[in-house]
Amino acid sequence: MIELTGVQKRFGEQIVLDGVDFTVAEGETVALLGPSGTGKSVLLKHINGLIHPDAGKVVVDGSDVGHLPRKVLALLRTKIGYVFQNGALFDSMDVFENVRLGVADEALFKDLAYCEDRVMQCLGLVNLAPDVARKYPAQLSGGMRKRVGIARAIAGAPKYLLYDEPTSGLDPVNADIIDALVRRLDNELGVTSVMVTHDVRGAFRVANRLALLSDGRIVLQGTPEEFRASADPTVRAFLERDFEDPSFAA
Amino acid sequence: MRLFRLLGRLVLASLAHIGRFSLLLAELLRGLPEWRVWLPRTVAEARSIGMGSLFIVVLISAFAGGVTAFQSGYQWQTSLPLYVLGTLVVSTIVLELGPVLTGLILAGRIGARYAAELGTMRVTEQIDALESLGRSPASHLILPRVLAGFIMIPALVIIANVVGVVAGWLAVKQVLPITDADFMYGAQYYYRSFDGYYSVIKAIAFAGAITLIPCYMGFNTKQGAEGVGRSTTAAVVSSSVVILLLDTLLAKILLN
Repeated sequence: MIELTGVQKRFGEQIVLDGVDFTVAEGETVALLGPSGTGKSVLLKHINGLIHPDAGKVVVDGSDVGHLPRKVLALLRTKIGYVFQNGALFDSMDVFENVRLGVADEALFKDLAYCEDRVMQCLGLVNLAPDVARKYPAQLSGGMRKRVGIARAIAGAPKYLLYDEPTSGLDPVNADIIDALVRRLDNELGVTSVMVTHDVRGAFRVANRLALLSDGRIVLQGTPEEFRASADPTVRAFLERDFEDPSFAA
Repeated sequence: MRLFRLLGRLVLASLAHIGRFSLLLAELLRGLPEWRVWLPRTVAEARSIGMGSLFIVVLISAFAGGVTAFQSGYQWQTSLPLYVLGTLVVSTIVLELGPVLTGLILAGRIGARYAAELGTMRVTEQIDALESLGRSPASHLILPRVLAGFIMIPALVIIANVVGVVAGWLAVKQVLPITDADFMYGAQYYYRSFDGYYSVIKAIAFAGAITLIPCYMGFNTKQGAEGVGRSTTAAVVSSSVVILLLDTLLAKILLN
């Protein structure tokens, strides 16, 4: 379970998170919505301790992430797969080595036969052909890089998956493919997921619960139905464009 | 009032740099037991910076030796014995030009590369990705670069010293009627074994400046491509200035 209580974060004069309370229960897929630049990615990075809060608590599986010793935090991170916005693939390594780095267990990481099987399995799960393994990130399209990023995140069989804007910068067709992939992985792997996005349509398709971050605070957390029914002006303003689309409203 | 505010900001920024640099050093020490991670990368990095820098180091040291010899010939007084030229070339190269010129060249070559590589990895979230996989950036990225520098930079300085002295020897014979025996006699007459150690001590100190400062700058890069450019420039300038400061400090401490 992931619990953020009263999380505050500022960078210089700018207050990014101003007392955020946010909870994700086991097995859930939660979409964290909000306009660009509202601190969604900052919030996500608090969950695996890449950023520490100025105030408040971030608790994952009962551990206070902000106060864990270095080695314990590293161990916790192996349970949390993180998919970065632009893939964040290591450009000096080929796809095989990139995905292999996701194998968290050191003994398994050194077992080349296991790693070859595992990397191919993960590439298969994200619909990539085996020959992609020998390509370098610079030889891949944006959509493929995102899928390799997902393959790397799942290689260590994590309990949680954090997606940072998995569909940003993609055309609608590729965005749909990634959305379907996220949904399929959640079902097949049984992971608990948090997906940061400003793509309302994709969020409603993938998540079973949503949260809207605005002005450093969570304005609303609830099911897609609760979001549709909400009269909160911030929620309405954010969703309005998509609600007007009949295909979405249905 | 504005002056005090500016001064205060400067002091705070300097303290922040000292704090972050100390944390980086602590991280490197903590990463030392993970030798299975950093050792293979250190070997690859050492090979890369050694082979990649050899040509420019040989070129610079050969020119330095040659120019030292030609200028000595130009200023030569006939009242001095010719063998002194051997002393002059060897001392100039081993005590000063070999380590300092090599250090400055490598600050540009290796330092800029380290800062740009780590800076790019920072702004493209590759360092965050490494941390998110439960792996230590210190063991994977910084320790191999620093250790490779500490191994290869002294080795390159020794090569630079040898090449510089040989080039000076060959060059001085072109401008003055000195025999090989005279040159060798002069080279050995005033040479103390400490001179060689001093050169290597300087090289080790410079290796610290050439590797640690650029790694620190690159690791703490912010704000995209512009930030990478800023870090790279700052890394080269800072490590060059620190090399010159260390050069003066070591001369004062070890030679006086």
